[in-house]
Formats: sequence, C-alpha cells, structure tokens
Amino acid sequence: HSINVSFSTVEENEDSTFHKEHERERPRGKRRNGEREKKKRGNGRRKGASKEAGEGEEEMQVRPEKRERGKRRRAKNDQEAKGRERDEEEQTKIKSAKTTKTRKKEKSRKTEEEEGEGESEERNTKRKKKHGSAKKEEKEEDGGKRTVKEKAQDVKKKKHKKTSEESSEDNEEEDNEEKEVRPESLSPEELEKLKEAVDERKKLIQGLRGKPWPMKKKLVTLRESQEFVEKYEGALGKGKGRKLYAYKVMMTKKWMKFQRDFENFKTACIPWEMKIKEIESHFGSSVASYFIFLRWMYGINMILFGLTFGLVMVPEALMGRPYGSIPRKTVPRAEEASAMDFAVLWDWGGYAQYSVLFYGYYNSQRAIGWLKFRMPLSYFLVGVGTVAYSYMVVIRTMARNANESGVGDDNSFNFSWKMFTSWDYLIGNPETADNKFASITTSFKEAILEEQESRKDDNIHLTRFLRVLANFLVLCCLAGSGYLIYFVVRRSQKFALDGLENHTWWERNEVNMVMSLLGMFCPMLFDVISTLENYHPRVALQWQLGRIFALFLGNLYTFIIALMDEINLKREEEKIIKFNITMWEASLYNSTVSENSTAPPVTIHPADVPRGPCWETMVGQEFVRLIISDTMTTYITLLIGDFLRAVLVRFLNYCWCWDLEAGFPSYSEFDVSGNVLGLIFNQGMIWMGAFYAPCLPALNVLRLHVSMYLQCWAVMCCNVPQERVFKASGSNNFYMAMLLVILFLSTLPAIYTIVTIPPSFDCGPFSGKKRMFDVIHETLESDFPAWFSKVFSYASNPGLVLPFILLMVLAIYYLQSTSKSYKEANVELKKKLQTVK
Amino acid sequence: MVVATCILAMSVVRQRLHDFMRMIQPDEKWDCTFFTRKEILRLHGRYHELAPHLVPMDYTNDPDCKLPLALIVNMPELKENPFRNRIVESFSEDGMGNLSFNEFVDMFSVLSEMAPRELKAIYAFKIYDFNVDNYLCKEDLEKTLNKLTKEELTPEEVELVCEKTIEEADLDGDNKLSYADFENMISRAPDFLR
Repeated sequence: HSINVSFSTVEENEDSTFHKEHERERPRGKRRNGEREKKKRGNGRRKGASKEAGEGEEEMQVRPEKRERGKRRRAKNDQEAKGRERDEEEQTKIKSAKTTKTRKKEKSRKTEEEEGEGESEERNTKRKKKHGSAKKEEKEEDGGKRTVKEKAQDVKKKKHKKTSEESSEDNEEEDNEEKEVRPESLSPEELEKLKEAVDERKKLIQGLRGKPWPMKKKLVTLRESQEFVEKYEGALGKGKGRKLYAYKVMMTKKWMKFQRDFENFKTACIPWEMKIKEIESHFGSSVASYFIFLRWMYGINMILFGLTFGLVMVPEALMGRPYGSIPRKTVPRAEEASAMDFAVLWDWGGYAQYSVLFYGYYNSQRAIGWLKFRMPLSYFLVGVGTVAYSYMVVIRTMARNANESGVGDDNSFNFSWKMFTSWDYLIGNPETADNKFASITTSFKEAILEEQESRKDDNIHLTRFLRVLANFLVLCCLAGSGYLIYFVVRRSQKFALDGLENHTWWERNEVNMVMSLLGMFCPMLFDVISTLENYHPRVALQWQLGRIFALFLGNLYTFIIALMDEINLKREEEKIIKFNITMWEASLYNSTVSENSTAPPVTIHPADVPRGPCWETMVGQEFVRLIISDTMTTYITLLIGDFLRAVLVRFLNYCWCWDLEAGFPSYSEFDVSGNVLGLIFNQGMIWMGAFYAPCLPALNVLRLHVSMYLQCWAVMCCNVPQERVFKASGSNNFYMAMLLVILFLSTLPAIYTIVTIPPSFDCGPFSGKKRMFDVIHETLESDFPAWFSKVFSYASNPGLVLPFILLMVLAIYYLQSTSKSYKEANVELKKKLQTVK
Repeated sequence: MVVATCILAMSVVRQRLHDFMRMIQPDEKWDCTFFTRKEILRLHGRYHELAPHLVPMDYTNDPDCKLPLALIVNMPELKENPFRNRIVESFSEDGMGNLSFNEFVDMFSVLSEMAPRELKAIYAFKIYDFNVDNYLCKEDLEKTLNKLTKEELTPEEVELVCEKTIEEADLDGDNKLSYADFENMISRAPDFLR
C-alpha cells in the first residue's frame, strides 16, 4: 500500500494508520509525479531513483518510528552518491547543449558552475553533518536541471547582491529541515514560526507577478515556494483538523479561481469597451472621451427610464382605466377621423397624444388596480426622484473625478514627462502613429518655444494681449447675439399678439432662423478667434466649449420664454372652456330634468365631452418634438456632412483639378466640442420635459443607443484623426460641470411650473387639485396615522425649518473650511517631501 | 506549465487524476503574470502564429525555442511603437531580443493594464536605458527623443530638451538619471498609465 501511496499521491482513500507519513510524503511524491508528466524524456534513471526512494520510504514506514531516522540517513547517503554522479552527468550534458548562448556568457557560466560545484559539495558535507535531512534527498530526486539552477543561483547570490527573498528562503529551509522530520513533536512557538514562514511564502507567491525578475527566476521561485507551502501546510494541522485544513486550502484556491473569473466577467460586461478602445487607438483620447461621456449618459438614462417605465407607465397601462373609458383617455370626436394618420402621429398627436406617453392620459384616481397603487403620488415622486437622482449622480461623479485628478497638478517635470510619458502605447495604427509623432514633435516645439520665451521674457506680453483681445472679441460676439435673440423674441411676441396670419414667412420663423444661423456661424467665429490665443488644444477645447455653451444658453432662454407664453395662452383658453363646460353641463342637466325627471341621466360618449386644452400635455409634446427633430438633424448632418463628403472626396479625387484629399474639402475631423454640447443640451431637454412626457427617457435611451453605433461607425469610416492628437484630461470634469449647470437651469423652469401653476382641471394625475404637490398632503392625511401628519406639520413649521437650514449652511461652511485646511496641509507636506528628497 | 496542464487535461483519459491535479496545482503562469489561463492560451496562439514552423503547438515537454527580435517586432501591437526594439530587448534574457515563450508572456504581462505602476516604471527605465549602464545619460535621452519625434527636431532643440530634462529630474546632481531619479519623476506624472 505504501508504494502505492508514494507513487500516486492521488489515491484519496488513505489508510488512517499511515496518515501522518502519507501527509508528509505527499508533496514530494506529487512533485515527482508532476515532473514525470512534464518531462517525459523517458530517462529510466529518474524512475529508478524514485523507485529507490519509494523503497526507502516503504522500509521506513514498516519500522518503528525510532529507527526511522537512522535508516533514512543511510538510504540517503546511498542516494546522494548516486545523485552526485547524476549531477555531473547532467551538467556536462547541459554544457554541450548550450549552443544558443554567446561564447562569453558560456565561459562565465562555466566558471560559475565550477565554482558552484565546489561550493555545493562543501555545503552538502556541511549539511550532512548538521542533519541528514529530507531536503537533500529531494534535491537529488529533482534531477540535474534543478540542481544546476539552484547552484547557479547560489553563485549569483555570492557574487552579486543578495536578494533578500532568496536568502531568507534558504535560511528558512534550513531552519525548518529539522522540524520537518517530526512535525508532531514541535513546540507551539516553533509551530508559530513555521506558520509565519508559510504565510511569508504565500505572500511571496501573491506578490510574485509584481516582481521585475526574468520569467525563469519567477517560475523557479514560484515552484520552490509552492512546494514549501504545500509541504508544511499539511504538517501544520493535527489529526482531524488536518483534513479540515486541507479542505480550507482547497476552498481558498477555488475561491481565488472564482475571483479571477469574476474579474474577467466584470471587464467583459462593460458595454462598448472594445469599440471605444478602437476609437481611442485611432483618434486619441480626446475623441474617446466623448464616447465615454456618451456611455456614461446612457447609463444615467437607463436608470431614469427604469424609474418612469416601471413606476409610472407600466402600472397605468396595466391597472389604470382602459382607453376610451373617460374623456381624458379618449380621442375627441373632432380629431377622430385623422387620429391614425401618419402625419398626426409623427407630430405626436392623435392616438399618441391620448396614451400613457403623455401627462394628460393619467387619471386622478387615488389608488388603482387590485394593488391599490397610488398613481398620482407615484407620478409625483418619480418626477422628483428623477431630478434628485441626476443631481446626486452628477455631483458624486464630479467629486470622484476631482479626487482622482487632484494628485499631480504641478508642472515641475514638464520636459521629463513629455519625454517619457508622451507616447501613447495603445496606438496600433500607422496613421495615428504618424499623427502622434507629429503631435509629440509639435508639443516639444511648443514647450521649447515656451522655455525660450520664458528665458527671454519678451513675447509673453504679446500673447497676453492677444488672449485678452480674443476674449474681448468673443464677449462682443456673445453680447451681440444675446441682444439679437432678445430683440427677435420681443418682436415675435408682438407678431404673435397681432396674429401670425398677417405676416410673411420670414417674420413668422424669424426666431428659429436666427437661432440656427447663430448656432452655425458663431462657433466658426469662435474657432477663428481662438487661434489668436495660441492655447494648448485641450485648453482651447475647453474655452471653445465654454463659449459655445454661453451662446446656446440664449437658445435655451428663448425656448423657455416661448413655452411660458404658450402656457399662459392655454391657461386663459382653459378658463373660458371651463366656464363653457359648466354652462353646457347645466343645460344638459336642465334638458334632462325638464323632459322627464325620473329618467336615468343621459349617457354621453366620452369622445363628445368638451374638454380643456391641457397645457401639460402640450409642453410634453413640445419637448418630444424637439428631441425628435434634434435627433434627426444630428443624424442627417452626420450622414451628409461626414459620410457624403467623405464619399465625394474619395471618389471625385480621381477626376478633379486639385487634390481633394489634401487640399480644400478634405475629410472632416470629429467635432468633439459640438457633439459634447449637443449631448448636454439634449439631456437638459430631457430633464425639463420628463415630468410632462414620461416617454422622454425611453426616447432618449433609444437615441443614445443609436448614436453610439452610428457615431462609432461614422468616426471609424469617414473622419480623419485630428492634426494634433492631444491627450484629454484624465477626468472629464469640465463636461460634468457643464452638465451640472444645464441640470440646474433645466430643473428651474420645471420646478417653477410644478410649484406655481395650478394643474389643468380635466387631465393628468393631479386634476382637481390646487397645486401638484398637494398630493403629498393628501397622502399624509389619508394614508398615514394622524400623529404622523401632526409631526410632519410641526416639522414643516418655518420655526423649525429655518434653524435647520441654518444648521446645514453652518455644516457646509465647516466642512469647506476643514477641506481647505487639509488642502493647505497637503501642499505643505508636498513641499516637505520635495525638500527631503 | 499552464499550457501543458491544459492540453494534458484535455487529452489524458485519467480524468480523476487531473481533476485533482488541477485543484492542487495553481496555474503557475497566472501567479507569475497578470493573465488568465485563457489569455495565456491565446498568447500562445499568437506566439505560434509568428513562426509556425519553429514553435510547436504542444508545450507538454517544455521545448526550448526562441524567436528572434525581427519576428516579434512585427506584431501589430508593437509595430508602430518607436521603442519596439528596446522593449523586446529588455525582456529577453540574453539582451539581444530573442524571446522564449515564457519571456514573451512576461512582456505582455508587464505591458498589460493590470500591471502596477511600479513594475511598469522599472521596465520603462530599462527600455529607455539604451546602453544598459543602469543610468539614463544624455545619449540615452537623445536617442529617446529622436525616436519619439522621428528626428524632426534640430540638434540645438534636442540639446535643449535633454538639458532641461536632466535639470528637472536629476536630484543628486551627477548629470545623469539614476533609477531613483526616474522613479521619483515618473511617479508624479499625471498620465503615466500606458
């Protein structure tokens, strides 16, 4: 049985009497096993050796414990002699086999080996005296190759600096050799030591891949420490605990493997990672930063979509009253004929208008369905939650980015960093590589220029002057366009009062035309002006973004003004209709009463009931139309401006008088600033309109999804990399800051309308209430116990709220000042570090 | 050898033995590198592709074969890199750019995203150290710069940049950069990520 055990350690049903022995032999046998499998070079020598060892072991196991040691030593001595012979053989073989190495190396190696031999012999004898232990046996069994390696290492150790790990290993091994023979007779302290050694090895294994050693050394070290760990891990446990220990080890290994797989799975789960990487390798990180931003937006919109879809649209569609049951859920009689026309549907009228997609469809019934789902409350809370969640996410991301980017902002190693870190190792495309070479050259030239200028300290005034001039020009532009917008909007309001029919086409569409003309030409103007400033392209991009952002704010402002005007118009219309309806109802009631007082009230088809204009649905429709037209223009400009241009340039180039590709039209570059701003403003529209049109997040998810693929394709197929491929700043906090501003600006009007304007009387979940947020009061009064509403009313008392706000302000101030002092301390420490170094 | 155990595990019938072996023996290369078993297999595929007639598909016997620099440098991952020769050379054992499979895996492991910055800094220093004297001297910097810019800078400009670099990063004032200088400088770089 013992032979069996020592040869194939895989045998699992071990006999309990040989348990200890077996455990001790296991690692050795196993290694032998592995070795045999690995190098099936078929030298019977090895087999013989192992058999011998096996016999030795068999003998040992049969004899009583006391004699075991002596016996072992004898067997070992025999083996040692043989082993040494084998070593020499092996060495000569290896020497002759080394044909690939250069002469010099071989020579030095030879001498090393010779030295090593002598040394090792010396050592062997020493050790024999010390303790005839299993280690040597192991060494010999291992065969020549390993011995040679180890010897070489020994020599290295002597010759060069001793690497601490190796030397410590050796010591440990020598320390532990005695213990290994009788693990069960160890004192607790020694056991502790052993445990520590094992832990150290484990740490070594874990940290191994971070070591800058050649692979061979790593492999050797790994094998050695693994053997060590496996050998002694078994010895550490006792009796029944041993099995548990082995089980634990196995489980930790399995757990490690699971963790590895999970890591891999996680990286595989990031959507569009490969696409973005590919774009990054072709176009540099600035273009990729746009796509990363797009992906981030997509994630946010998915969550918003989940909220509105799961908590508002689906419950209403499933549990609310069906279509056609009440007037607000029915297409009115006058529109019925055209309600299914494509033109109407495309304009989000007809059946689209009277569906869960818009505010007006929802009923004001407090609880719907068998779940008693509080629809109006849910609607209100989702609206608030959308905004709150967006604020939270944007601010959290900004804070995290600020943390990351706040590390290395000093410029003390400008040239060194340019020299050693400017090459983007991800570039795998020759065109991009050429661009990168060019951009590195230009960046060096810029840096050199700056250096020379700072030495001369002459031209800096000119650039300063130019920058001030450029900013002045841009401000003039912005002010001019702002005034133009203001003027046009005022004029259009006057026209609207007069009635649009009396005016020409231009006068009717003046606002839109002016806006789009400004949006087209001002960015170009800014671009031209920014060449004056001579900024780094990254800084220039930020300036450009900020300027166009300021311009587009005018756009937003006109849109909101127009919307407010329309809301006011609708509300006046609503007043008249409300009055008419009461008249109509009264007449209906009178007629029924006068004819026959006992007859049941006349049932009127819901389509025939007169109804108010429902300004909320109108606002929602307006936003949806805006998003759709915006998306369409984006896609069409992409197809015409990029794709068609690329096709024309590519194919007309064969029969044209000048070189189209290098000359005037050329291929387009990817416009990072325009695309980022488009994305940001689009998101602002979503935040503004999502309360009145629950379908907006869904539409936006669709749009972002399509644009991801479309733009990825367009970039790869018809754009050329920018002339100066520049590295985007690691965090896109600038985008985030703009997003935050837009979020604030877009939630302001939404909140204003929710808080100040009373909801329509006959449509939407809040109909019949004075204000939309009354739904909270209602819920508090009817769904919560009385004491709760009392507590709430006390809590909302200004006497309590004001001190609370004061407290919060104080807390913010306190945190701010502490963070400031921390920052100062940071700077101080940095300075100290530099002086120390 | 992971590859070996993998192949063995697939081919050998003694399933039980191998299940047990796999449980006990962790992947060696995984502990030495930042790759998974699958990735190493894929790397082996690439390695094999480079020279199908030289590299055996079967790594059971741990064959001793090396690929010359010229073959490895032509991989698309390295082809555009101005320091490709230096990268391969600094990972080869003999310093001439002949890579065995182990060294090949090691190279991509260090170049991969998962490798820590410290490790990358060590190898970056080796890469930039053209004359292998453990210091970055002026000649090294000039070579680096010329590779980076395809020799489009004038000699005066090169001179200026090298001077400035040494001036910035040299802490002990010996007019060349030791590894300590290099590490200090590179650890503060905002975008030393690779």
